Amino acid sequence: MPRGFFRKTEFVVALTIGALCLVIGTVNPIFFTVGNLFDLVRNSIVPGIFALGVLIVIASGGIDVSFTAVAAFSMFVTAKVLVPYHFEGTILLPFAISATIGLVLGLLNAVFISFFKLDTLIVTLGTQSMYRGFMLAFIGAMEITNLPPAMIRFSRFFLVEVTQNRATYGLHFGIVILVVAAILVSLLLRKTMLGRGIYALGGDRTAAERAGFNIRALQFFIYGFVGFLAGVGGIIHSSLVRTARPFDLVGTELNVIAAVVLGGARITGGHGSVVGTLLGVTLVVIINNSLILLGISSFWQQVVLGALILLGTGIPTLQARFRARRASVLVAEEGAG
Amino acid sequence: MRLLAITVVVFVTMSLVRPDRFFTPDNFSSMAFQFPEFGLLAIAMMITMLTGGIDLSIVGIANLSGILAALTLTRLMPPDAAGIQVVLYSLLAVAISLVTGIACGLFNGFLIGYVGIVPILATLGTMQLYTGIAIVITQGAAVYGFPDIITFLGNGSLWIFPVPFLIFGAFALAFSLLLNKTSYGFKLYLMGTNPTAARFSGIDNTLMLLKTYMLSGLMAAVAGFVVLARTNSAKADYGSSYTLQAILIAVLGGVNPSGGFGTVLGLVLAILTLQFLSSGFNMLRFSNFFKEFIWGAVLLVVMVVNYVSNTRSNREQARRRREAERQADVARGAESSVWRPGAQD
Repeated sequence: MPRGFFRKTEFVVALTIGALCLVIGTVNPIFFTVGNLFDLVRNSIVPGIFALGVLIVIASGGIDVSFTAVAAFSMFVTAKVLVPYHFEGTILLPFAISATIGLVLGLLNAVFISFFKLDTLIVTLGTQSMYRGFMLAFIGAMEITNLPPAMIRFSRFFLVEVTQNRATYGLHFGIVILVVAAILVSLLLRKTMLGRGIYALGGDRTAAERAGFNIRALQFFIYGFVGFLAGVGGIIHSSLVRTARPFDLVGTELNVIAAVVLGGARITGGHGSVVGTLLGVTLVVIINNSLILLGISSFWQQVVLGALILLGTGIPTLQARFRARRASVLVAEEGAG
Repeated sequence: MRLLAITVVVFVTMSLVRPDRFFTPDNFSSMAFQFPEFGLLAIAMMITMLTGGIDLSIVGIANLSGILAALTLTRLMPPDAAGIQVVLYSLLAVAISLVTGIACGLFNGFLIGYVGIVPILATLGTMQLYTGIAIVITQGAAVYGFPDIITFLGNGSLWIFPVPFLIFGAFALAFSLLLNKTSYGFKLYLMGTNPTAARFSGIDNTLMLLKTYMLSGLMAAVAGFVVLARTNSAKADYGSSYTLQAILIAVLGGVNPSGGFGTVLGLVLAILTLQFLSSGFNMLRFSNFFKEFIWGAVLLVVMVVNYVSNTRSNREQARRRREAERQADVARGAESSVWRPGAQD
């Protein structure tokens, strides 16, 4: 077991999740039924995929609030393109189209961020408003319900099916996509030079530049990749709800960012892991879906989430401060002795 | 100055395109009713951005304080209240909303200044928290039905000036004076430019953060009250898109997101530009969504133009400096420009 394991954010978050599950499960045994657990998994697929993108951006010291607008845009445009042709083919084409659109929009973000060195928050706020406004003004504001059959089939594409109490529950296939994406991002961040570059950029931009990393290429990769993942997440989302709604998704970006931050990624860059991010998403999804099971009105959802963000970011900050103070006291004592 | 030009160009263009509709007293009056609410929020956003921070919770504060004020007026005030009683309860409602705003702002300042959470995260958390509290209090429903004296604040006019416009004008003036004429303003700009230098020059940064976020909360509460008065109702999820708009206005008005630069005048010009644009587009029968698109585009274009002109002027300065050095070398004579200290050993 590595040193400092028990102090790691991942461990604390996992512990919180475990405790929360026990409490909810004790109060209401429904929590531990297969149906509920499969539901939780289903609800974490899309935010999980988004969160992997956000993790990369935050690890690089930036922030992206436009990814939900990118997801809605890619998903809706894909549906808009395919529906008139009565597309009958496989689900892979919608994924490919949507991911490509997402990639292009993400690269557009990168153009502003990289060539004009603008603040990433400002750029993505601007493009969020642009992408969404453009879609609603020029492409359409009406939801599309007659999605291609492949997307409807995808919504019933289960990995396993379990029958309990005469009802059948399915574990949605989307979880495989999330797991594969998580493994890829994890390998990318830990095993490749690109990943090292992303952490380096987040740690200290100047140092990364001196060390020979091509900052511009890194940024194009990062924001393009986030857009790509957003496109994938968008298609999964509209498949799961079986409609392409242009008003969906935008507005949930801060929840995803909160999940990533709760999972231990530091908003100042340079830190964050895939495991932590997935744990953060799990925590937020459980809170958003299980308060009712505790007998707490869903009106409390945002209060709990807000309090959790403050505790989750405040406690590590305070710990770091005390540690720094103790270290400086030690140094001072050594100097005196 | 560039912004002033943009404002004038937008104004003239809109006036030329639809002189019959745009250049009319009616239109000016309706614009003067529309912009004060996000103008007030933009001031709240601006002062936190001057410290290099950001306040994502302003809309949450505005709604929460509006709801508490609304409950004072609907639950606390007896339904048969009349005359002076109504005035007193209305004053109480104003006081409650302002105190709520100050309290929320102080909590933000505490989290950022004392606990040390990054502003964007602290206010992301409190945004959820304040909105959540507002939802819990109201169970998600709107609170409505206020006395005339309150709705007058949102919909009435004094002579030709709409009351919200006057409220905004008064606060814009007050903040302009606060930033330019007081030691608080001076310290704020210094801290935003260089927090370390500010600390070593004896400024208590923590206290400054506390004061700034408190002021931001106060302004958010004022904005919340104006919304309440105009719509004659209060709800937990009003104006969720205003956060973005407030940032947009501040940045467009020349506020530097990393702190230290920005004026109230710039902010006012930015608001006017966006209001001219959106009123004009309305008249040209563009949808609201088109407006959303244009606002995002304007934000990015202005940032890019700023960046390009800054790098150009930096390059120009560097060129001039090199030129001056070269001439100084020539004046000093050839051998002194070749000589370098320590070169011979």
